[in-house]
Amino acid sequence: MNTVNTGDTAWVLISAALVMLMTPGLAFFYGGMVRKKNILSILMQCFIVLCLLSIQWVVYGYSISFAPNDGFWGGFQWFCLNGVGVEPYPDYAATIPHQAFMIFQAMFAVITPALILGAFAERMKFSSFLIFILLWATFVYAPVCHWVWGTGGWLKKLGVLDFAGGIVVHITAGIAALATALVIGKRKNLEKNIPSPHNLPFVVLGTALLWFGWFGFNAGSALAANGIAVSAFVATNTAAAAGGLSWALMDLIRNGRTTMFGTASGAVAGLAAVTPGAGFISVVPAIAIGLVASLICFIAVSVIKPKLGYDDSLDAFGVHCISGTWGVLATGLFASKLVNPAGADGLFLGNPKQFLIQLIAVGVTLVYAFAVTMIIYKIVDLTIGVRVDEKEEAMGLDLTQHHERAYTVLE
Amino acid sequence: MKLIVAIIQPHKLEEVKEKLYKAEVNLITVSEVLGHGQQKGVTEIYRGAKETGNLLRKIRLEIAVNESFVEPTIKAIIKGAQTGNIGDGKIFVLDLERCIRIRTGEEGSLAIG
Amino acid sequence: MKLVIAIIQPHKLEDVKKELYAAEVNLITVSEVLGHGQQKGVTEIYRGAKETGNLLRKVRLEIAVNESFVEPTIKAIIKGAKTGNVGDGKIFVLDLGRCVRIRTNEEGSLAIG
Repeated sequence: MNTVNTGDTAWVLISAALVMLMTPGLAFFYGGMVRKKNILSILMQCFIVLCLLSIQWVVYGYSISFAPNDGFWGGFQWFCLNGVGVEPYPDYAATIPHQAFMIFQAMFAVITPALILGAFAERMKFSSFLIFILLWATFVYAPVCHWVWGTGGWLKKLGVLDFAGGIVVHITAGIAALATALVIGKRKNLEKNIPSPHNLPFVVLGTALLWFGWFGFNAGSALAANGIAVSAFVATNTAAAAGGLSWALMDLIRNGRTTMFGTASGAVAGLAAVTPGAGFISVVPAIAIGLVASLICFIAVSVIKPKLGYDDSLDAFGVHCISGTWGVLATGLFASKLVNPAGADGLFLGNPKQFLIQLIAVGVTLVYAFAVTMIIYKIVDLTIGVRVDEKEEAMGLDLTQHHERAYTVLE
Repeated sequence: MKLIVAIIQPHKLEEVKEKLYKAEVNLITVSEVLGHGQQKGVTEIYRGAKETGNLLRKIRLEIAVNESFVEPTIKAIIKGAQTGNIGDGKIFVLDLERCIRIRTGEEGSLAIG
Repeated sequence: MKLVIAIIQPHKLEDVKKELYAAEVNLITVSEVLGHGQQKGVTEIYRGAKETGNLLRKVRLEIAVNESFVEPTIKAIIKGAKTGNVGDGKIFVLDLGRCVRIRTNEEGSLAIG
């Protein structure tokens, strides 16, 4: 019989609350980047995802993601949390009530689809968004989550290391962002004028909330108040800091000035990159992961994206997928059993097999998530249409989709 | 000299700027205003309460030009701002008696460019 | 009566106000605008990408005056706003056909002060 540990339970519940705050944090991070006629649409999309997927998760999302099953996804035996009670479920966490693990995971299931919306910001119909997100959470998030973290998942059996969701969260959402940006097309008039972010202080506020919440995301993923939680906490903060510094430095080298927007973006890139390895690596690799994450995201966003010409409006692919992929591969390089005996050694500690496993997991996830996202998008587009019409886009989504405006001009 | 005042759709500003620069009109002043003409305004909903006929966001341009630039300026604005829908805006042309450059104190046509 | 419109640098507003008050010109309307003339605009960097030629923030003054106040008003604005650099701004003088005080219905020179 497993006994509930009060300290572990308290930490996981607090972590769940921290991760919950990341979705509104993401809303401000993204909301500040769009034009002021569209900020409410961003805040609303994030907020409705929190509402919609919280319900989806307890009804069937948790079951198909985590109920034990060797197949494509989990079973339906935990439908409506049937059998998911206060007794620990040792396969996932032996010292906390099963429902504590469930609600902690719920917050991951909420924020992951919300990450995608940066790609199609300022031009998607709200009704289509709801259906797209629900299908995506069901057919992309749940299966990949099961493969990597669920009992019976094939990537878990293979031995892939993904501490807090580099594959499950950042790669799935990031590649879905690229897929949707490619099919939905550019925003109107983009070649003439790339719109400036309307409120960079919101971007910074959002970054701060994300950084804060990420302690729950990564250190909470230890699922116990123990040494691994602490080392994940340290790695998280270190990589975020390295990412922020690294972007500021590149801005300085390339453009002659450091920028607030760039530094905030770099910190987020560092955070996304350290996510899969947080509980498996020591502090020096965390610095390297953060530094390199910013470097490659900077190149992806400011050099490669303009050349390829797709409009990933808020760089959901450029920041999350790129840094997430780097983070998962870096875990295969830097992971150490000295840090976490339950993990594995990486390539640099003489275990090239781990790097290969990480590479397979990345490849499979990229292909699967890209393809299924495309199919879901096409289904929604052919039935109710995804994009707003030109006039609505010009007026802004706040007024046309929600009949609200964020800022009055007078009084 | 004339002072041209135009009220246009916000999302057309970039196009109008581009057409003006092409017509070699570089001195423009832009401000955010509210207004509506034949458009009915927009409906907004706040906590379930509907408000109709609210003013729409518009952009106001002010351009001081010599006589020879009046027609090209008007043409450039129309070219950049016209969509054919209600709400495209208006152009007003006013007589400009004097124009002074603050930096040098120059007056008239010399100062306007 | 004349309508004097001036576009000045935002940081010069306080100096201009001081000079106008000293010239006993008290009725002014101020708004925040964007614009540029001979200045090239400003460079901004977003996520590593440079944008050039963005419009600069300016302040727009509107002052309705009697004929006798036109010269003192222009002098006051120049005195307050001039730095000698490109970007100091412009002053426009337009004929003002009528002026009505809303509170009293007074018209013309009586209403303008």
